[in-house]
Amino acid sequence: MSDPSTDQIKEEMRQYILNEFLPGEKASNLHDDTPLRSSGIIDSVGLLRMIDFIESRYTIQVDAHEAGVENFDRIEDMATFIQNKRRAGA
Amino acid sequence: MSEGSSSAANLCEYLEASAQRFGDRVAVVDPDGSSVTYRQLNGRADRIAGFLLARGLQPGDRVGLVQPKSVTGVCAIFGILKARCAYVPIDSSAPAARIRSILGNCHVRAVFASLGCAGVAADVETAKTVVVTGTSTGQGSPGLPPGAVSWEKVLEHEPGRALPASRHRDDVAYILYTSGSTGIPKGVTLTHENALSFVDWCTSVFNPDEHDRFSSHAPFHFDLSILDLYLPLKHGSTLYLISEELGKNPAKMAAFIALNQLTVWYSTPSILSLLAEFGNLKQYDYSHLRLVLFAGEVFPVKHLRNITAHWPFPVYFNLYGPTETNVCTFARIPTPIPPDRTQPYPIGWPCSHCAALVVDDAKVPVPKGEEGLLYISGSSVFKGYWGQTGENPAFFERDGQRWYNTGDVVKEDPADGFIYVGRRDRMVKRRGYRIELGDIESALYRHQQISEAAVVAIPDADAGVKIHAYVATVHDPAPSIVDLKVFCSKALPAYMSPDAFLFRDSLPRTSTDKVDYQKLQKESAASQSQTK
Repeated sequence: MSDPSTDQIKEEMRQYILNEFLPGEKASNLHDDTPLRSSGIIDSVGLLRMIDFIESRYTIQVDAHEAGVENFDRIEDMATFIQNKRRAGA
Repeated sequence: MSEGSSSAANLCEYLEASAQRFGDRVAVVDPDGSSVTYRQLNGRADRIAGFLLARGLQPGDRVGLVQPKSVTGVCAIFGILKARCAYVPIDSSAPAARIRSILGNCHVRAVFASLGCAGVAADVETAKTVVVTGTSTGQGSPGLPPGAVSWEKVLEHEPGRALPASRHRDDVAYILYTSGSTGIPKGVTLTHENALSFVDWCTSVFNPDEHDRFSSHAPFHFDLSILDLYLPLKHGSTLYLISEELGKNPAKMAAFIALNQLTVWYSTPSILSLLAEFGNLKQYDYSHLRLVLFAGEVFPVKHLRNITAHWPFPVYFNLYGPTETNVCTFARIPTPIPPDRTQPYPIGWPCSHCAALVVDDAKVPVPKGEEGLLYISGSSVFKGYWGQTGENPAFFERDGQRWYNTGDVVKEDPADGFIYVGRRDRMVKRRGYRIELGDIESALYRHQQISEAAVVAIPDADAGVKIHAYVATVHDPAPSIVDLKVFCSKALPAYMSPDAFLFRDSLPRTSTDKVDYQKLQKESAASQSQTK
């Protein structure tokens, strides 16, 4: 996989979240800073599936202690986390 | 006490007998790793009972329990029972309005609450006593609401308890609230007799002893907790409490089960499926696990095969029963699961404390092998819903027995027992939780912009069911789906939040002007098959 930019990661995550958790929603209603975990849009089982997706899509490993709201509540935090992981692993 | 049949007249006598026989053994391990012995647990429960009696609580009074799962919660439960009161466990992460409505519905006289829920508890007019249980270790916290009592103060109280001779098997022991079709939770009121007969049946089938290590995955407001709490404590086993946080994390849970060498696991199929899928089970040794029990929903065979492949050695049981009857039928699941099997396993034959009857709509028994509604009678069947007056329509009398309509449609197989077919009403199960679709609709109608709401459930191979909410709105602009999701997460427990929202100008109606659920159901099923 060629290196995606942070913006590309955000768009891919936005599409994934819209498909899985907000079917029918307009992309313009899901902002980079929309709370997802703390607002109840993504529940604990949804988080597991999303992390599974992220691990295979971006070939990174997410440790259990990293799976909290600090990294997974908002699209912008997820993108930053994924980029940092990819760079650390490169 | 002879094994299998119990002379206990009250659930706390299980603990009192074990405290005599196994005083120094570890009874309960807290999610934080601390633990209490049988003697300590019994002693603390005596002090809590002494406190409640000194506060003027009377036999039969209800006491709320609104806090994360912990050793303090187990101490409180036994203290409440020793005072001959009934405990009402409530999800501390539920919306405040729901907590308040349950505490108010059964007029609790006292509440044990975490600091975060103490304010809600103090709002309830009848709750004259609020105990703040602090953190899971029972450490006091600053900022108690006015009039609230700290956990430490309660434990300093002189021991006391209702006179053992006054204990009665018909005393109410606990009330478990489930989703109600009109949006008001229903309080399933259960007696000591109901629980004792079930636990004594468990003894005869699962044969535990003081060397067993039990999991407690289910929260206390969920009826799986009755086996978790009372079966191990009856036999001097050790109970490992699994916190809500750990219980949602399959990777950590997988390590926890192996590390603590648990011998008995009991949970919903959903959790076992998650463990098999995300637990990375291959890296651990599970040779201590001897029993895996599941209940609360249908176990899709694909996922059952998956967990039995990872854990080939334990004996598996499917336990069936609504909260109103506790477990009433059971089936041992032979392993390994044949590779070509796709049919879910049966719910099996009645437990020794129950009898079953399959009837048609006129309540006439159907010929064996034909579909009908499953009715249950026996000592574990509840008396009624809290506060309900008049005859409960879910019961009928036959042959001098009182039969409860489970609402589940079954058919009898001569070899395997009862096979679950489905339901005819609007109740569905998700992750083992009962959901009345009308309960979700009531919440949606509280949204200012929603003028019409109809909720349907459709089968889903992975999730069990998907819940679709059809809404018509007023005042432009219409709320976004994000807005509605956030609204539901504040108004409803997380497991009840719809998976999808679909907007309509108005909802389809039948000729009698009722919402045409069948049409919506078909639309949802069609859209679901398109996306697969």
